[in-house]
Amino acid sequence: MEIDAEYDSGSDVDSRRRAKGRNKAKPAARGKKAKPADSEEESEEEEEAPRKRKGRKKKVESEEESEEEQRGRRKKAAASKKKAAAKDDSEEESEEEKGNKRRGGKKGGTKKEKEEENNKEKKGNGKAAGKGGKDKQDEKKNKGKNSSSSDDNSEDESMSEGEMARLKEEVEEKKKLIATLRNKPWRMKRRLKCLKEAQSFVEKFEGALGKGKGRRLYAFKVMMTKKIIKFNRDFENFKTACIPWESRIKEVESHFGSSVASYFIFLRWMYGLNLVLFGFVFGLVVIPEVLMGMPYGSIARKTVPREEQDSAMDFSVLFEFGGYCKYSIMFYGYYNNQRSIGLLQFRLPLSYLLVGVGIFGYSLMVVIRTMARNANEGGDGAEEGAFTFCWKLFTSWDYLIGNPETADNKFASTTTSFKESIVDEQENLKDENVHLRRFLRILANLLILCCLGGSGYLIYYVVKRSQGFAKLDRNELTWLQKNEVEIVMSLLGLVCPPLFEVIAELEDYHPRIALKWQLARIFALFLGNLYTFLFALFDEVNAKLENEKQIRNETIWALKEYYANYTLYHNVTENIPLPNISPADVIRGPCWETEVGIEFVKLTVSDIQVTYLTILIGDFLRAVIVRFLNYCWCWDLEAGFPSYGEFDISGNVLGLIFNQGMIWMGAFYAPGLVGVNVLRLLSSMYYQCWAVMACNVPHERVFKASRSNNFYMGLLLLVLFLSLMPVIYSIMTLPPSFDCGPFSGKDKMYDVIMETIEKDLPPFMADIFSYASNPGLIISAVLLMVLAIYYLNAVSKAYQNANMDLKRKMQMQRDEEKNRRNNKDSTNQVMKDLEDLMPNKSLIPPPLPEETAKPADQLSKSPKVTGKPGAAATGKGVHVQKDVSLAAANPRAPVTRPPGPRPPGHLPGNARGPPPGQGMGRGRGGPPPRR
Amino acid sequence: MDYTNDPDVKVPLALIVNMPELKENPFRNRIVESFSEDGQGNLSFNDFVDMFSVLSEMAPRELKAIYAFKIYDFNVDNYICKEDLEKTLNKLTKEELTPEEVNLVCEKAIEEADLDGDSKLSFADFENMISRAPDFLSTFHIRI
Repeated sequence: MEIDAEYDSGSDVDSRRRAKGRNKAKPAARGKKAKPADSEEESEEEEEAPRKRKGRKKKVESEEESEEEQRGRRKKAAASKKKAAAKDDSEEESEEEKGNKRRGGKKGGTKKEKEEENNKEKKGNGKAAGKGGKDKQDEKKNKGKNSSSSDDNSEDESMSEGEMARLKEEVEEKKKLIATLRNKPWRMKRRLKCLKEAQSFVEKFEGALGKGKGRRLYAFKVMMTKKIIKFNRDFENFKTACIPWESRIKEVESHFGSSVASYFIFLRWMYGLNLVLFGFVFGLVVIPEVLMGMPYGSIARKTVPREEQDSAMDFSVLFEFGGYCKYSIMFYGYYNNQRSIGLLQFRLPLSYLLVGVGIFGYSLMVVIRTMARNANEGGDGAEEGAFTFCWKLFTSWDYLIGNPETADNKFASTTTSFKESIVDEQENLKDENVHLRRFLRILANLLILCCLGGSGYLIYYVVKRSQGFAKLDRNELTWLQKNEVEIVMSLLGLVCPPLFEVIAELEDYHPRIALKWQLARIFALFLGNLYTFLFALFDEVNAKLENEKQIRNETIWALKEYYANYTLYHNVTENIPLPNISPADVIRGPCWETEVGIEFVKLTVSDIQVTYLTILIGDFLRAVIVRFLNYCWCWDLEAGFPSYGEFDISGNVLGLIFNQGMIWMGAFYAPGLVGVNVLRLLSSMYYQCWAVMACNVPHERVFKASRSNNFYMGLLLLVLFLSLMPVIYSIMTLPPSFDCGPFSGKDKMYDVIMETIEKDLPPFMADIFSYASNPGLIISAVLLMVLAIYYLNAVSKAYQNANMDLKRKMQMQRDEEKNRRNNKDSTNQVMKDLEDLMPNKSLIPPPLPEETAKPADQLSKSPKVTGKPGAAATGKGVHVQKDVSLAAANPRAPVTRPPGPRPPGHLPGNARGPPPGQGMGRGRGGPPPRR
Repeated sequence: MDYTNDPDVKVPLALIVNMPELKENPFRNRIVESFSEDGQGNLSFNDFVDMFSVLSEMAPRELKAIYAFKIYDFNVDNYICKEDLEKTLNKLTKEELTPEEVNLVCEKAIEEADLDGDSKLSFADFENMISRAPDFLSTFHIRI
């Protein structure tokens, strides 16, 4: 059928060429096939659409025949003609045909699709005539049996200009067809047939038109596109393979949900950040010092003092970072204050300071950029909510999966993600007693504030007490008194988080929000930790500074004595050689920077130990006991009391964040700390991944992590800021030690910069800097920045509003669409029928069939009205009518009908003369003669 | 089997379903059935080529949508109704969700995508939904 339709619709020329005898038959076929063809298939399936059927019956018949016969088109065409004739004879027959159709309908299901596509194609091609025309020509030429075909042959030889142009177009179209053939939802058999025809056609005519060269180029192009696709795919794979631990995290995510995975993603991000910091520190500070600085043992700061040398290699000492560790590149004190070292005149002290500050600058930048990017990603989810479950249902299985393990993971992750969405959904459905809920939430917050206040006071009290103890003799204190602060801190850390969790039960938040609250509360608690630590540290530093002043005076005194003695013995006052003391014996100050560095390293290491031991005992041992003691226990350990541990997201995230804070604070005093941290993150990635998979069970309510990790990032930013302040404070105000570190001998650390500006840069630069540091300039710059912030803030607010507006509009549109459809359904029977027909049409844009169907109906009626087989004249009349009836733009596509009966006088050359619209009009006019 | 002499050979579903590309796929039976001309899963060579051409990377979204619809339409009534959704869901999750959860998911899915209010998904509904799915193209294809 479809094919027939195509032919018929084919160029007017062809139709004209064909025998006049046909003309009568064609119109009938047309009428049937024309627009209804699209809907035919549907109609077959659902026999309830009464109106169209009548019109279609005939078409359907022809379709069936064509399918069944599946022979040459000619035969079909003939059949259709016959059928058409039959229809003309009586409508009763047509009803019988209906029955046939129904029977055939089931088989024809697949064919329907093809047909639809055919129709579409025609539309798509714009020139409806194109294909049909070609097909006809093909047939004629190849098979030459038709009486009409003889005409064609003769015409071919004497092609006119217009003919040539048309042929070219057709060839082009055929080529297009060949290129897009694979995109058609036809059965392979049909595609092959189509392809062969198209190819033979192209072959035949390309020669005639003198453009056979395109072929190789085309083949080349196809090959190149394939290559490019393959390359892109490989590149994507490569990129994915370059993301470390992706599969590991995916595995965890598939079993524990995105919330647990978000911790590991955060951990990975942190690892990346630390790797960059490590690169800075080692590339610009540590390596130059090792390669170009003075070797170990050459000067006092690089040598273990004599009295410590015996025990310097003891494990207990090294474990506390004393001995050789203390006098190594790990710590601040080892670095020399030589202005420039090595062949390259590397300014080590300057580099040290810049790296120390640069670490903060870089971290700030990265954190803020990540936050901004996450916020962007979170913002575009306008449609996100629209089809959550549908998309999960229909697109979550990845058809590429062919590996049983991956498949298992995928099943787990799909289940988990469904559970996550279900939790969200249930949260929406929950109807609640608002007042009770509010009351409980306020109560919970009050309780937690009390807890926080109490623990804050406890910390303050203990710290004060310990300061009192510090003034006493250390030997008189009991162990309890010495370690009071630590004990209280760890007790608080142990008791409070579970307490908060219990209190949070009152609030009954969605688990995702509950996690945020929990994080924020524990964060507040841990701030106390940080505060005591810093407090103690500054006390220590001040004491060290005092001590150092004393030692410094003593050294100067000793040196003066030495000079005096030297003059006394050798009677020389000038050029006194420096005292010849082994670097190990030199009197040295306490070097507070190294001490601080050691504190931080110790803290980090003990943190690592505690974390790992907790996992080993709290998770692994517990899991082992629960698993194996369960065989001989009086209650069910797995389901009952101890059960397996859940992964503690909030604790782990905060641990990571505070650890990073330690690194930021300590990196300036202990460059090696960054290296330690990189190792720690690396190992904990593997260790925790293993622990989670081996010993933990998923949360009871698996919940989806918020898509942006911005809450974690926000906490991190806060910690970064908190750790930035003490470091900057110490750089700007505290005097550096006089005998160790890159800044020894300077009053303040930042003097290095002044020195560089004065000595290394041309003088005008110094001027520029002095202007730039003018308070007037700085104040105005700050003012400008404030204004910029204000402006940008206002702009972003405006965008946000616009965004919200658009979202609302989209939602409204969706609702409206739904409503409209619903209303239609109930009010308009015709529309309903049409809609029911639609599923099979699949490829046709929904609105078309409805509009097109009407005209078809009208057309079929209109002829009756006019009732006269007046050839072209009537055709025009109908055409006008049609225009009126359609009013709005009529979808032309389906109207690709064979032209109506035409005056025989037309010349093939002129064939194209009448515009397609007219052709169609005529085509519609066609039917009357039959009836 | 002698394909050259007897090109109408059909390979039964049981064989096709065991090829490595389909072995792990929870919808493998449906895939093969929807591509077979007889609907029973016996594939002729043409059907087979058809299947992988539709599932290939090059196939356009509309084409994939048609066949995806067929695949998920378990009872072949040209609508995806609630039973179809339940089957899909159970296959996807290996029946690990409770009946209430399954019910909730199916109801939500229909509510989301059903535009004409007949509480089942017609192809138009399905296409409208799938054409906006970000992952559809990347997940609905097989490389061989």
